[in-house]
Amino acid sequence: MSPDSLFDNGYWTYLYILIAGWLVTDVWRWLGVLIGNRLSNDSEVMYLVRSIATALVAAVIAQMVLYPSGALSTTPVWLRISACAIGFSAFLLSRQRMIVGIIVAEVVLFGGLFAMS
Amino acid sequence: MKRVDSEKSSLQWFLRGAAGIISIPAFILMGAFVGFCSFSYETGVPMVQVAFMTGMMWALPGQLILIGAMIAGASLPAAAIAVGLSSMRLMPMVTVLIPEIRSKSTPTWKLLFLSHFIAVTTWVYTMQNVRDIPENGRLPFFAGFGITMTCANVVLVAVLYGVIDRLPEMVAGALFFLTPIYFITSIWASARTPEVYFAMVAGLILGPIFHHLTPGYSILVAGIAGGIVAFALERTIRKFRGADES
Repeated sequence: MSPDSLFDNGYWTYLYILIAGWLVTDVWRWLGVLIGNRLSNDSEVMYLVRSIATALVAAVIAQMVLYPSGALSTTPVWLRISACAIGFSAFLLSRQRMIVGIIVAEVVLFGGLFAMS
Repeated sequence: MKRVDSEKSSLQWFLRGAAGIISIPAFILMGAFVGFCSFSYETGVPMVQVAFMTGMMWALPGQLILIGAMIAGASLPAAAIAVGLSSMRLMPMVTVLIPEIRSKSTPTWKLLFLSHFIAVTTWVYTMQNVRDIPENGRLPFFAGFGITMTCANVVLVAVLYGVIDRLPEMVAGALFFLTPIYFITSIWASARTPEVYFAMVAGLILGPIFHHLTPGYSILVAGIAGGIVAFALERTIRKFRGADES
């Protein structure tokens, strides 16, 4: 689409991706290995780390549902929240079958969009 | 003789992990990468660079931030800080996964190499499946799944770049919506200790609150705060239970 010369200057862009992309990402993974290698999964510290890891992912999930980018951003926020809540309830009622939760959530979202259009 | 047996089963576990490419989570992640593909095509970043960063970073949120920085012409340190902050969340995830997949004899260099393939989807999938696998099969199982997923998505980016320049709105919406509901249900289903449930709820509530209070760092702050709250709650309950029993 836009043949931008900024991206055509060869090695520099790859170096940029390596430093600002690869290195600053994998360094956290390496730290995680060095810490995790010293802990067993029922140690007290591990309970705390597991809580933080889960809460981080949960915060990412909330972000995706409440402040989505792209195609979902035009759908009403109450509908997205309802779809997740109903899908999650269906998941619990079906003895935790993920596929049930996923299908119900999608059906509620698109059922709602069709009903409104 | 024994050695041959264990090598054989290692390969079998690796292949079993690789077969995870035909699964709901794999399908969902590829859907997310299709979306990433059309986004990066629109920005004009060339295909080879997009495929290169997919293989080298293997962390979708960080990749979106890096592309944002590239098209904005951000300086190298500015881009590195922004991407590094978003990738920080990988550290606790890796810390939790390592004791699940290593055995007593696993050398650290192997874990350092394989940790590259840990991202949210491979983390959730491995946490969920690893308990059904004997200890010696866990690392190869994760390696098979992680490496296959990474390679498959690099190929997907290379093949689909420019082919799908714009997805129909409905299809894109359905694909993007799969990820949150998959994460919620799979983390809930794979939880083995109660603090995971507390942390899930805490993160879902605190995420939006800190989105307004500390924009830009909301995930990190909400994750750390929510994690501490959940941990404290679990500890308190455990203490009371212990007091009851004694």
